[in-house]
Formats: sequence, structure tokens, C-alpha cells
Amino acid sequence: MSEAHTLEDVKQQVRRYVLVFVALLALTIVTVTISYFHLSVVPAIIVALFVASIKGTLVASYFMHLISERKLVFFVLILTGVFFLALMTLPVLHHADRGVV
Amino acid sequence: MQVPYTVHTRSDTGLYNAKLGIWLFLSSEVMLFGALFSSYILLRVGADTWPHGYEHLNIPLGTVNTAVLITSSVTMVMAWASLMMKDFAKYRSYLGATILLAIVFLVIKGFEYAAKFEHGLYPSTSTYFGIYFTLTGLHALHIIGGIVVNAYLWGPGSKMWKTDPERFTHRIEIAGLYWHFVDIVWIFLFPMLYLL
Repeated sequence: MSEAHTLEDVKQQVRRYVLVFVALLALTIVTVTISYFHLSVVPAIIVALFVASIKGTLVASYFMHLISERKLVFFVLILTGVFFLALMTLPVLHHADRGVV
Repeated sequence: MQVPYTVHTRSDTGLYNAKLGIWLFLSSEVMLFGALFSSYILLRVGADTWPHGYEHLNIPLGTVNTAVLITSSVTMVMAWASLMMKDFAKYRSYLGATILLAIVFLVIKGFEYAAKFEHGLYPSTSTYFGIYFTLTGLHALHIIGGIVVNAYLWGPGSKMWKTDPERFTHRIEIAGLYWHFVDIVWIFLFPMLYLL
């Protein structure tokens, strides 16, 4: 966390952690329930990754305190995100080049 | 010579050194798992057929493990919050719970692996099982690493609370950042391998 926190701040955060915990468990149930509908591959991937992204964002924002983090951390993460996206795009480009996608 | 900026923030970064260090380390971890995720996409898109995870893996066990890891993330952040509230006893309870939950995760994963091996399913069986064992195995190694660090901070490393409480609280925050990252990786691995 980037700033000094009073006891009351921390107590408020603890209440938030509990809410995030409940949301994460609920979203896990949602993901598993949707999987039993056996959607076709593309919608299934979109839905699963969408729910996983929400869960990941909740963990990063509240448990990892990104919501109140310094600019430098965001700079590091944005730079990482750019390279990560490039890495994810490579296989798709490879298959597009071969006319598969 | 003392290590600088273990407690106070640097004026140029606005962070204490360990905080910047862990975020840089986690960035490298993103690329490590990213390379494997990318390989997964490459293999899956290029395969003529690809099995659905739910046909081969135990979804209820995977779901329980997801809940276990999420719970351990909460107990980890509560351990940090307890130190912020100067409650060392609670800190030890929460961190102890985190360690136990991590062990529960590994035991369940062990049962899953054993069931696969009993059915003759190994990393060499198919590309799907190759990527399944690689990704979950690497993740399990990260869990083991987290257990070792957290066990140190629960036991002998906790002596620092008496001599330098602020620095110790920072250490728990850093260990927590790593632990939450491991949780996020699983949040993506679970649907990717089990549900799709």
C-alpha cells in the first residue's frame, strides 16, 4: 500500500476483504455452473475468461492493494501487459499466417 | 552496512525497495506463465481435436481447490491486516491458516494426479495432458515456494516483529503479493484446463 493507514482504515479494509471473498466464491460457482451448459468453444472461452478476469481484477485491486498503489507499479504492470499481449497474439498470428484462423 | 529503504519509501520511486522488487519479480512471473499460456493457445488452435477438460478432470475437486486457494488469499491479507492492527497472535493464526490451506491444496492436487496415473494418464499421454501437468506442476511448485516462505515468516522469521515491526509488516505484505499472484494464476488455470 502506498500510504500510511490508520486503525480505522484497516478495519474498513477488512470489511472489504470479506465482501471480495464472498464475490470470489460466488463467481467461482457462476463459472462452474456455466460450464455445465457445455457452450460451444468460442462463447465458452469468452465467458470463462471474462469471469476469470473479474476475479483476477478483484484479487489484484483489493488483496494486492493495486487500487491505492503508486504510479511506478502501474508503469511496470502496463509494460508487462504489453509484452504479455504480444505473447498471446503470437500463436494467433501464426495460425492466421497459415490460413487456419 | 544496512540495506537501505527497507522501511521508508524512496523519494524517487515512492516505494520501499522490496515493494518495487516484488512487482518486478511478479512481472517476470507473468511472462513465465504467459509463455506457457501462449503455448497452450498455439497447441489448442493447431490441434485437429482437443479434449474438453471436464471429460478428463474432476471438476468438483478443482472447484474445491479453487475455493481453498481463494480462502488462503483472504487469510493471507488478514495476516497482514492483523499486523497493521498490532495483533501478533491473530497474525500467526491467519498465516498458519494460509499455510494449512496451501497444504490442503497440494494434497487435493496429489489425489488428482494419483487418479490420473492410476488410469495410465501421464504427461506423455497426449498434448492435452502434457500441458495440463506442466501448468499445474509449475503452479504447484509456486505453492510449495509460498509455503516455505510463509512457514519461515510464521516461525523463526517472526522474531523480527519484536525488533523491527514495521519492516516485518512489509515482509508480510511482500509475501502476500506473491501469494495473491499464485491465486490469480490458478483463477485462470482452473477454467482453462478444467472447464473448457
